Amino acid sequence: MLLEIKNLHARIEGNEILKGINLKVDAGEVHAIMGPNGSGKSTLASVLAGREEYEVTEGEIWYNGKNLLELSPEDRAREGVFLAFQYPVEIPGVSNTNLLKTAVNEIRKYRGEEELDAMEFLELLKEKSKLVELDQKFLSRSVNEGFSGGEKKRNEIFQMAVLNPKLAILDETDSGLDIDALRIVANGVNKLRSKDNAIIVVTHYQRLLNYIVPDYVHVLYQGKIVKSGGKELALELEEKGYDWVKNNKAEVTV
Amino acid sequence: MMSNIDFKEWFISNYKTFEKSLNGEKTTSFHQIRKEALSKFSEMNLPTTKDEEWKYTNISPIIKHNFSVIPHKADLSTEEVNNFLFDKLEHHLLVFVNGEFRNDLSRLNDLPSSVEVGSLSDAIKKNHPALMKHFGKYAEDSHNLFTALNSAYTKDGAFVFVPKGKIVEEPIHIIFINKTTQDKFVTQPRNLFIAEDNSKVTVIEHYTSIGDGVYLNNTVTEMFVGENANLDHIKLQEESKKSFHISRMEVDQERSSNFSSHLISTGAEFSRNEFTTRFNGEGGESMLNGLFMIDDEQFFDAHTMIDHAKPYCNSYEHYKGILQDKARGVFNGKVMVRPDAQKTNAFQENNSILLSDDAVMNSKPQLEIFADDVKCSHGATVGKLDEEAKFYLKTRGIGEEAATAMLIHAFASDVIKSIRIEALRDYLEEIISKRFNQ
Repeated sequence: MLLEIKNLHARIEGNEILKGINLKVDAGEVHAIMGPNGSGKSTLASVLAGREEYEVTEGEIWYNGKNLLELSPEDRAREGVFLAFQYPVEIPGVSNTNLLKTAVNEIRKYRGEEELDAMEFLELLKEKSKLVELDQKFLSRSVNEGFSGGEKKRNEIFQMAVLNPKLAILDETDSGLDIDALRIVANGVNKLRSKDNAIIVVTHYQRLLNYIVPDYVHVLYQGKIVKSGGKELALELEEKGYDWVKNNKAEVTV
Repeated sequence: MMSNIDFKEWFISNYKTFEKSLNGEKTTSFHQIRKEALSKFSEMNLPTTKDEEWKYTNISPIIKHNFSVIPHKADLSTEEVNNFLFDKLEHHLLVFVNGEFRNDLSRLNDLPSSVEVGSLSDAIKKNHPALMKHFGKYAEDSHNLFTALNSAYTKDGAFVFVPKGKIVEEPIHIIFINKTTQDKFVTQPRNLFIAEDNSKVTVIEHYTSIGDGVYLNNTVTEMFVGENANLDHIKLQEESKKSFHISRMEVDQERSSNFSSHLISTGAEFSRNEFTTRFNGEGGESMLNGLFMIDDEQFFDAHTMIDHAKPYCNSYEHYKGILQDKARGVFNGKVMVRPDAQKTNAFQENNSILLSDDAVMNSKPQLEIFADDVKCSHGATVGKLDEEAKFYLKTRGIGEEAATAMLIHAFASDVIKSIRIEALRDYLEEIISKRFNQ
């Protein structure tokens, strides 16, 4: 089992957002987590990445045999966890190349591997940038600064491609994307799918799942997974809307 | 322990000791200038925090000391000097040790004919016409007690004279090294950089120390930038954390001249940098950039004034500070646009980052505009490192220290990038890496 979340409760500023999440994810799988606004989707993504504002009050997260909650955000990343941000951060003065070079080498150091030399690193960037059709000129620009919404999301998937995580969490990667950008981002993700890694796609809409076809779909509502199923569940949700889940909540949570 | 004598009285009563050290020079006409300065010094009061210009800057840690007015002679080897040079930079080198010019440690490459780079004491001995023309004209003794003190005790410093139309390609690196032992002393370098019409020169004024003893560096630098001349000035200050540094820099800019400056500092215990540039002709350009990084209980004050006295001049000022621990910083930047100075463009910005809860920054940008057809802007920010950006970097596998260092590099990057000398940019990047990413 790559990831196992057991009875996870988390809160921020005294408000309990996650109220007992259970989820198992194996390598090679793609899981979609859907839910209405405020259901706790982004909180779950943040807790997995190690955002400190969230306090885990109960439950456990096991990742690749390790207690994830005991790892710092950077160590989680070094162990192969990657979060594609819903709102990627602009960092003026830090170039994409610089960020990735530092990241790759810190990760390699952690794993006891040699640092990449400049040539090897540039080759890696060149190869991966093609995956998301990212122009080379973006590499020397400051991280996300002045990028359009679509460019920011492509940049997230580009970083994912370079860092090659075991577990990627895509937090609303589809939000704010037009159909062309959505297709490019989804294509990039699909090319990165393998039997060795797992992807958790967090999304409000079914649209993205036409392109990144999940193995499992989970519906999150009021901090709990209230329904799980195959990819057809997403279509059903799309058709009936989230009210269907809300109205049936009493029934499905029994 | 003997109780200390009042700061002013100390310098007045010790003046004879200083005069003796001049070796008979006290009969020259230049000495009259010194003596007039001493009398001005004796008439002025020490600034206190009740004075608006010293509101955040308390000099009481300095004035409690009695500094020996004649610093001890210090042995210094070429190797020790080499520690302060920048890699891969071809330059002319002037070295001062404990205030005194050291010919044996200095070296000048080929200079264009009639360009003079050397010590002020030489220029004084020669009664250099340019010295007599410019000395004391920009950094006036009136209203500034520390300048008057410097003038009264003027003995040595750097003298750079670039006559009309001459271009000095390689930077002139001037290092003031104070090597301390037990005794506390004062050094009072007096510098004069003259770039006549259509000339061009780069000067690096570098203050540093060996040992961590107590001293006061009371420096005055006057700069003249003639018509269409270009003076690139870098001041680098990295001194002992027990030392005090009071400095005044005054720049006179003639028509269509270009002055650019960088004040880069890792401070002392106490540093006060007064920096004024004045447009004395139309069409001048001025850049005043600064970057200071202080920690422990260091205090650093940048006090700048850009005087738009003439129309069609542009000024650009950007100071940045990075403060750790219990460090305290002050930025007081005034842009004065006088009634005559139409079509002025003036931009001023001050940004500071506090890396601890105990660090304090007082930022006071001031615009005084008396002309109506001008473009001026100013702003100031004081904040912490962007936690969201740091978290973002961490989720990419970058650790706390490396993430902090990256964000600090990024914060400082625009000021560093504006420095024209690559070797110096590298040097600064290295300082930042050493400080924040060990």
